Amino acid sequence: MARRMSLAERYKLMTRLDWEPTYQPREKVFPQATYEGIKVRNWDDWEDPFRMTMDAYWKYQGEKEKKLYAIMDAFAQNNGHLNLTDARYVNALKLFLQGVSPLEYQAHRGFARQARQFPGAGASIACHMQSLDELRHTQTQIHTLSHYNKYFDGFHDFTKWHDRVWYLSVPKSFFDDANTAGPFEFILAVGFAFEFVLTNLLFVPFMSGAAYNGDMSTVTFGFSAQSDESRHMTLGLQAVKFMLEQHEDNVPIVQEWIDKWLWRGYRVLSLVAAMQDYMLPESPMSWKEAWEIYFEENGGALFRDLERYGIKMPWYVDVCTFEKDHLSHQVWGILYNHTAAAAFHTWVPDERKMDWLSAKYPDTFDKYYRPRLEYWRELQEKGERYYCQTLPLICQTCQIPMGFTEKDDPMQVSYRSSVYNGERYHFCSDACKWIFDHEPEKFVHAWLPPQQIFQGNCGGATLEDVLKWYNIQPGDNLDYVGSPDEQRWKQWKGLEDTPAREAAE
Amino acid sequence: MTVKSIGEYPVLPRDVQENFHGNIFVVVGWDKHMMISSPMAFPLPPDMPFGALVQEVMPAAFAPHPDWAKIDWDKVEWMLDGEPFTPDFDKSLADNGVGHKSVIRFRTPGLDGIAGVGI
Repeated sequence: MARRMSLAERYKLMTRLDWEPTYQPREKVFPQATYEGIKVRNWDDWEDPFRMTMDAYWKYQGEKEKKLYAIMDAFAQNNGHLNLTDARYVNALKLFLQGVSPLEYQAHRGFARQARQFPGAGASIACHMQSLDELRHTQTQIHTLSHYNKYFDGFHDFTKWHDRVWYLSVPKSFFDDANTAGPFEFILAVGFAFEFVLTNLLFVPFMSGAAYNGDMSTVTFGFSAQSDESRHMTLGLQAVKFMLEQHEDNVPIVQEWIDKWLWRGYRVLSLVAAMQDYMLPESPMSWKEAWEIYFEENGGALFRDLERYGIKMPWYVDVCTFEKDHLSHQVWGILYNHTAAAAFHTWVPDERKMDWLSAKYPDTFDKYYRPRLEYWRELQEKGERYYCQTLPLICQTCQIPMGFTEKDDPMQVSYRSSVYNGERYHFCSDACKWIFDHEPEKFVHAWLPPQQIFQGNCGGATLEDVLKWYNIQPGDNLDYVGSPDEQRWKQWKGLEDTPAREAAE
Repeated sequence: MTVKSIGEYPVLPRDVQENFHGNIFVVVGWDKHMMISSPMAFPLPPDMPFGALVQEVMPAAFAPHPDWAKIDWDKVEWMLDGEPFTPDFDKSLADNGVGHKSVIRFRTPGLDGIAGVGI
């Protein structure tokens, strides 16, 4: 009788099923495998980051799905949205559905491409599984957030908004860049930079924000995604170590990609920073605190570990250190300025939140940001809530409206520019300029919303024309105060001071 | 440096002047007035007089700031595309050297924004 296989042998029999092609040359079967300059001596050196065969995969995923959907049903049946701390919180979910869920779908497509293009069987299988996971995340997020669509504005056309609306070109362009890069750059960009190094800076603000504000539905989605995310993290880390160990020529290429993609990811996360500090009525942690723990400490340890390969901490990290005291406030200011054209609300924080911000940002909030918020509050109380009537210059690379400032002059907007083939391009920072200068041919194609509006490609020249083209409807935009969301919330919670109520008293 | 590609990579810049229906894309930023969170962009005819930019176009972006009404235009300091610049209000944008994707920055010494800290 044959002896029983070990776990390792069993796993190998289930996964190492590839072969050397003979009908076509290898280079034709895997056309994207070498053009980026990454050299692989031996794909057999790839260590599978997680050894899961499909029976285990379906079993664990199936168990999670049953629990998740049961909780979603209970949340809906029990009107769980009424347990939120405040309806302002829901704007964090709008940002999530509009900005993050479509990226899950892009990741699903991207990892499917990886699975096809990577010659190594182990790498291919891991990417197939991540592709499935990301489709699962897309769908579980849409399911979770569909409940909120029944009761709040700002959810109803998230796919069209992701394609067309100005602030969403920030996350969209991040993934368009990754998906049009080669397979090695993609896995470094998404698997390593985003899903390993930066992941906690996306996940923790949203999930702990949900927990602290009574949103058990989103918390449950978070729990059900956690084991998927741990597999993604190990894949990203394995991918970068594999590249670094396969050939010394890969080191400078990987360093450049790390520098590019940590910066691009960091800029996308500035929207999360503003959400974390301003949109959560109960906020467990400031952006500054999150950056210090998840990047400065954890990321610091990681880069010390990578030193043995010759990899260094990105060159611009001093800018991130300066910006941690300013980022969320500057982005909230940009979003506040342009809320007339957004599919979510902004507002001036109340005194309690401002005191929290003072405590979390002792060097900058009271000096540079509270005066502006108080001035805006005065305008609002006079019935003149400030909305910017014009379009901002946005950065060619990260596509965020210019508004980040100089290290030695915190109220001076940073202006950088390059000339390429006789055309001028503008950037918010040295790092965004550096990214452009390395691949100008790519970034001149950027679809920049203000330019597109001026070219007549967005429905017309007026705000009304553009909002129609966006399908942003009355109720989706403008301040939280006076919004239909606020009116409904007050009604449900018995908080309204209606004329009828006052008359009865 | 250059993008890596398989074969030739098409270079089709999306924002060339020809795409703007006779206008140029002009940016104006007011230094140290961060209540207006970004420099602002405008599609403008190149033969527009500089004075019209200041009197008719810029207020839409900058008049909401409490310092705007106090500006003494004789004392304003200007920069064009990173260099100090003295505009001639009677000449056109083009004749002032303002081109497609030009950035104009202006400073108002003595008017230091809300709370005097550049807001």
